[in-house]
Amino acid sequence: MPAPIRLRELIRTIRTARTQAEEREMIQKECAAIRSSFREEDNTYRCRNVAKLLYMHMLGYPAHFGQLECLKLIASQKFTDKRIGYLGAMLLLDERQDVHLLMTNCIKNDLNHSTQYVQGLALCTLGCMGSSEMCRDLAGEVEKLLKTSNSYLRKKAALCAVHVIRKVPELMEMFLPATKNLLSEKNHGVLHTSVVLLTEMCERSPDMLAHFRKNEKLVPQLVRILKNLIMSGYSPEHDVSGISDPFLQVRILRLLRILGRSDDDSSEAMNDILAQVATNTETSKNVGNAILYETVLTIMDIKSESGLRVLAINILGRFLLNNDKNIRYVALTSLLKTVQTDHNAVQRHRSTIVDCLKDLDVSIKRRAMELSFALVNGNNIRGMMKELLYFLDSCDPEFKADCASGVFLAAEKYAPSKRWHIDTIMRVLTTAGSYVRDDSVPNLIQLITNSVEMHAYTVQRLYKALLDDISQQPLVQVASWCIGEYGDLLVSGQCEEEEPIQVTEDEVLDVLEGLLVSNLSTPVTRGYSLTAIMKLSTRFTSVNRIKKVVSIYGSSIDVELQQRAVEYNALFKKYDHMRPALLERMPIMEKSASNGPTEIVQTNGETEPSVEPKHPPPVTQPANQANDLLDLLGGNDVVPVIQTTMPTKPASAGGELLDLLGDLSLSGGPAPAPAPSVPTSQPPFLLDGLSSQPLFNDIAAAAIPPMTAYNKNGLKIDFTFERANPNPNIAVITIHASNSTEADMTDFVFQAAVPKTFQLQLLSPSSNVVPALNQGTVTQVIRVLNPQKQQLRMRIKLTYTLKGSPVQDLAEVNNFPPQSWQ
Amino acid sequence: MQFMLLFSRQGKLRLQKWYVPLCDKEKKKITRELVQTVLARKPKMCSFLEWRDLKIVYKRYASLYFCCAIEDQDNELITLEIIHRYVELLDKYFGSVCELDIIFNFEKAYFILDEFLLGGEAQETSKKNVLKAIEQADLLQEVSWSQIWSLSPLVFSRTRPAEPRHEYFTVPVY
Repeated sequence: MPAPIRLRELIRTIRTARTQAEEREMIQKECAAIRSSFREEDNTYRCRNVAKLLYMHMLGYPAHFGQLECLKLIASQKFTDKRIGYLGAMLLLDERQDVHLLMTNCIKNDLNHSTQYVQGLALCTLGCMGSSEMCRDLAGEVEKLLKTSNSYLRKKAALCAVHVIRKVPELMEMFLPATKNLLSEKNHGVLHTSVVLLTEMCERSPDMLAHFRKNEKLVPQLVRILKNLIMSGYSPEHDVSGISDPFLQVRILRLLRILGRSDDDSSEAMNDILAQVATNTETSKNVGNAILYETVLTIMDIKSESGLRVLAINILGRFLLNNDKNIRYVALTSLLKTVQTDHNAVQRHRSTIVDCLKDLDVSIKRRAMELSFALVNGNNIRGMMKELLYFLDSCDPEFKADCASGVFLAAEKYAPSKRWHIDTIMRVLTTAGSYVRDDSVPNLIQLITNSVEMHAYTVQRLYKALLDDISQQPLVQVASWCIGEYGDLLVSGQCEEEEPIQVTEDEVLDVLEGLLVSNLSTPVTRGYSLTAIMKLSTRFTSVNRIKKVVSIYGSSIDVELQQRAVEYNALFKKYDHMRPALLERMPIMEKSASNGPTEIVQTNGETEPSVEPKHPPPVTQPANQANDLLDLLGGNDVVPVIQTTMPTKPASAGGELLDLLGDLSLSGGPAPAPAPSVPTSQPPFLLDGLSSQPLFNDIAAAAIPPMTAYNKNGLKIDFTFERANPNPNIAVITIHASNSTEADMTDFVFQAAVPKTFQLQLLSPSSNVVPALNQGTVTQVIRVLNPQKQQLRMRIKLTYTLKGSPVQDLAEVNNFPPQSWQ
Repeated sequence: MQFMLLFSRQGKLRLQKWYVPLCDKEKKKITRELVQTVLARKPKMCSFLEWRDLKIVYKRYASLYFCCAIEDQDNELITLEIIHRYVELLDKYFGSVCELDIIFNFEKAYFILDEFLLGGEAQETSKKNVLKAIEQADLLQEVSWSQIWSLSPLVFSRTRPAEPRHEYFTVPVY
């Protein structure tokens, strides 16, 4: 049989193939030849054949039939055979196949071979792909070689030991004695691999870490080696662009990081050398920057003194200005890690970071965006938001969702005014509306509802946005909800914040109906618009048109739409007396847990995802209030006030309202993941849902006369009542505080306590400043649950600042009209 | 380092070194996806990208992409230096290396890589030492080829190199 063709020949031949099919043919022919050659157990050419097989394997063709041949090659005495055999083993075998275990014996023999290059091959193979079983069997041999004086073998044994430890962590102890003198080596290869081994041991085992810190005094040794590297003159063998062995320097810095973490003594011992490296390293080439980068990471992670930390952040700041985008990227990544701990220092570089938003590179932009959100605070919110909105406009789609969520979160936390907040939301909805997360819609609606004075402005802007563009579903959903709620304000042209537009009822209905028929609207959106149209039946006069629309959709193909239409129809026909009550204006809703994108929240380190009160600042801590009142009132017949808390479970009545909202927003189609405040309940029959929940009437179904609860020193507090319908046990009281003195009352806080048989809930006040001379009132809603229908009593506490001096007063309110609690 | 891939601008694999155990199918899938991702990058973009839970460091030398996957704690900038060092080694060995050298001598490219990295970490930081080791191993290969017809173990043991041979080659070359 002719000699099999040489490897290079085969490669040349295969490369002449012009099509995939031609190549496949050649490969198959050659594979057949190789297979028969293997069958003949030809020792001479086995090596050549396996080499060819490896080439074909790299092209993507199956080569498993060569696995046993590799083993035969490894067992051969010839160095060439061994070399190819081990290479084949590393390429073709992996620990999932049982075949590889057959290698163990060969490797064991070769580890004890008299030729160091054979030993090297064995160590390399074991260190790259040894399975746990192999490692267990051969760890002893590796340990032996770790103690040899041959540096060529010692360095390989160290890395092999690293692999053994990764595979079988219990064997780590075994290598401990051998590590004793590793760092006294002169050979850089051995030093480097020893540092890697020590790093691996310290990372895996806190005991080892402690041992190396204390007993072995590793830190001084490492500091000494690092110092030598920096101070010693030019060493041609290890020089890279003027720096001596940067690989070793980086590894030592990394080990120092682990040793110095949470340990004051070690950190102190390395302060000097870190400062030295940070200031003396040449930064013109990548290599120097690599060392600086590692130094910065180490400084930030250990207990370094503040001067050193500032030095580190400044290095990162310089990196940000570097022309090399790799350096900029690395700087942004590191700053992201340090922004929580060294916030102020990072703030100094804010403008550079914001500039990076305009970088061409995707990775840099993402990092810059994350970092920008982390740096937003009350002081820079306006400027930052401008930049971030500009970024949102122009960025790639992959960023838009995260950016939008981030903007919402930041706006919620730091909005300087309600108008600004609404404007920002509008901007996001109109520019990136389709990328906004689905759970933002209920959150936004909640936000809008709670900004009572902005209702007219909001609905007007949303209406105008709808006229422009109905393709962005979240925008359309929020807009149609608002139009449904505040359509009356829209039509009556009541806007204070900007020029009111002239809109007729028919125009509004046109728009909403347009949404219903448009192909761009999703089923969820259609649901929103139908409900909005229905709500307008109590706010508009053209009820007939609405009736017609609703009855048309009674036969819609979309089941959800049909169900709603049928129910609304029934509302017109049979339950018309309930219609006004059912479709009343929504009251102020409680804010439950805010959720932004968790990745941004975590890098902030500022917010806990679960609890985020949306109060204006002057509201005091609920705990303090409770304590105060308890102290004051002494008796045990008083239940402390529960300020508006953040119920994560919709346990209260407010939560049930959110249920209602949940029905509206989540029905139809595959429901997107809702916010935790909105339960994923099956949308029940709307009427059923409504009848089981207490509905609140803002617009007083005035059965209960108002009363004055307090009137002293110019401060007058009136109570007005709304009866919760149909649950008569809940009384909704709105307090109106007015100030007849000449000066404003600032930091106004109203607190209330009721007897034990009652439950009380206080919502957020409209403001904490009661304007002078009765120019305005502060309102706040109290909800009182009175299941036992006892006589309503209340103690109130008022605190405010008048003309610079704080005032505090207590009073008891006993003159509740009987209708409020019967 | 978890793995290193070398591939051409057309996406043809020229070298693959895996330091983590994965089945062939997984390796092929990862290779395909990663090659696609890296080739889609524009020239002005930075050398780092996040892919799955790994950091990818890549650099283009002429028609070849050198691509490494490193872990979270690894230093990206020094990985660029490692890639560069490997290219320098290849360059010294082949004399102005080009893609064809790596295609036709892929096994040598592997041997050089295995003398430079072990288990994903650098084992030798001196260029000279790596090249010396390769040189001597190559000589060993030639010796064993010349013995190919002699199967007598006695003969082989006589030519089996011992430590003295190693010293011989430390004499400086003029």
